[in-house]
Amino acid sequence: MPSSTPRSGIDPMEWWRRFQEEHAWQLREFVFTLGLLRRNPSAVAGSCIIAAMVFLALAAPWIAPHDPIRISLSERLSSPSWHHLFGTDELGRDIFSRVLFGARISLRIGLLVVGIAGGLGTVLGAVAGYVGGKLDDAIMRCLDIVLSFPSLVLAMALAAALGPSLRNAIMAVAFVMIPKFARLVRGEALAVREKPFIAAAKVSGAGHGWIILHHVIPNCLSSVIVLGTLVVGETILIASSLSFIGLGAQPPTPEWGAMISVGRKFLMDQWWYATFPGCFILVTVIGFNIFGDALRDVLDPRIRR
Amino acid sequence: MRLLRYIAKRLLHLIPVLLGVTALVFVISHAIPGDPARMMAGQKASREAVENLRRSMGLDRPLHEQYLRYMWGLLHGDLGRSVRSQRPVAEDLKDFFPATLELTLASMSLCLVVGLPLGILSAVRRNRPVDHASRVFSVCGVSMPVFWLGLMLLLLFYRNLQWLPGSGRLDVGLDPPASVTGLYLVDALLEGNGPVFFNALSHIILPAFCLSYVYLAVITRIVRSSMIAVMEQDYVTTARANGLAEAVVILKHCLKNSLIPTVTIAGLSVGELLGGAILTETIFDWPGMGKYVVDSVNFLDFPAIMGFTLVVSLSYVFINLTVDVIYAFLNPQIRY
Repeated sequence: MPSSTPRSGIDPMEWWRRFQEEHAWQLREFVFTLGLLRRNPSAVAGSCIIAAMVFLALAAPWIAPHDPIRISLSERLSSPSWHHLFGTDELGRDIFSRVLFGARISLRIGLLVVGIAGGLGTVLGAVAGYVGGKLDDAIMRCLDIVLSFPSLVLAMALAAALGPSLRNAIMAVAFVMIPKFARLVRGEALAVREKPFIAAAKVSGAGHGWIILHHVIPNCLSSVIVLGTLVVGETILIASSLSFIGLGAQPPTPEWGAMISVGRKFLMDQWWYATFPGCFILVTVIGFNIFGDALRDVLDPRIRR
Repeated sequence: MRLLRYIAKRLLHLIPVLLGVTALVFVISHAIPGDPARMMAGQKASREAVENLRRSMGLDRPLHEQYLRYMWGLLHGDLGRSVRSQRPVAEDLKDFFPATLELTLASMSLCLVVGLPLGILSAVRRNRPVDHASRVFSVCGVSMPVFWLGLMLLLLFYRNLQWLPGSGRLDVGLDPPASVTGLYLVDALLEGNGPVFFNALSHIILPAFCLSYVYLAVITRIVRSSMIAVMEQDYVTTARANGLAEAVVILKHCLKNSLIPTVTIAGLSVGELLGGAILTETIFDWPGMGKYVVDSVNFLDFPAIMGFTLVVSLSYVFINLTVDVIYAFLNPQIRY
């Protein structure tokens, strides 16, 4: 048995004190960034929208006035009223409740895609940039091919090949998003590779894998977070487009794009059906986009004030 | 001469990209689905039909042999046979291509005609109400679900105001003009047919606006930021100090230099417009390749989907090549 490390069994307060000491510089930077964000109106507006959507998504089971999949044929296609805030659909289901539950699906898609694409893209980009040479060329040329497709077209082809389902749509969109992260991280890794602390780590015997994990990737994280925020918006748009053309979430699921797809058939007489889910897509994506833009401004050292 | 050498070099670079794009489409169509023969035959085909198809398409052969066969077919313009129409996919796409081209060109023109002036205006009137309005306009643009915008436009201009028609390229009773280019607007002008021209124009307004809105937003922002960057340069101050009229300074000295990033973005946008056409054409019943592919998706017509993917991506690659050449032409500083 290896001797137990001094950290095992310490109380959380002690751990927090040590963490503060070791990461004093990063913590100061974090607090400073938060302060800048609080003074940036776009960042405040964007984070309010995101927070509201996250709240609606988490609280949906408690605040939704009706069961999102309960069919009530006597109330089919009734217009918005106090009882049904956004009206009802062709099976009498409450559209407001369905839209609330749709927020859970869209946010989950956004998080999953950014998690998968951001994770894979960051690792690929860091390896390409750090190792360089033939491996770099091979990785980047492969990713360039993915970028030679318009994103919606490639996602559609992949989702069609995998078969229409929400899970496959998520995988298709994630695949399309990988090169964005990889290119960004590769660029940063090229710069980090030349820094003195990398040489120091090499001299003290660190392996390449360890350096990539502990030095290269952490130094790219702030850019990855900015891109991730912007990609959540784009992901929600592409995923709902796939659902709209029938390749994402399948009908009983209260996904926004799928709801609009069905609502389109009732557009001329029941305007509310397609209108409200679309408003929620628009507002959510605006939230992520303006927050991401503000975050980029705040984290950019050239225009940081 | 140097420009020609640059073009030749770019064409050489194109070869690996083309190989890569076709290889990826091959992988998607032959390797990913559990059973490509079942996909291609359609869900309702009998077991023998699927087996026959598998043998006749060579799907029982090793993968590299299939790839060579596939590439050989591509070189001869063979994109497979559509399950739905029972015709070669290449023929189908050829029929639907002009409508998509017309819509894309109309959207592109709209982007430039509205996006350029709006971008210039918000750069000149920076941080004034016009600039704020144009910022809101572009934030909405990049966040807009295209298919929903289309439906809202239909609700407003077709159902409520009844100003514009909501579907197709022409009213039902009208005959299309004699096909020269396949673009109704151009053909009607060539024929001197006023009523058809104006009818086609009224049909294209809503879909073209819907499709262009996202890129309108992008182009407005790019023109604004590159104009602002240029307007802060010393030579602009010099031009002003020399007593040139403000309009000359802005339009001649600033605009020309700020066009370079705009051209790049415009080129990239054309490809994305082709993607957006999938949604726009579906909403407005526009008989182009985008509507064709969505109908194919609903029918699980796999060869048609893959043919569309390949054609659109290859167009995207060639458009970007053209843009790079224009870019080199516009900017003499570029490294060859």
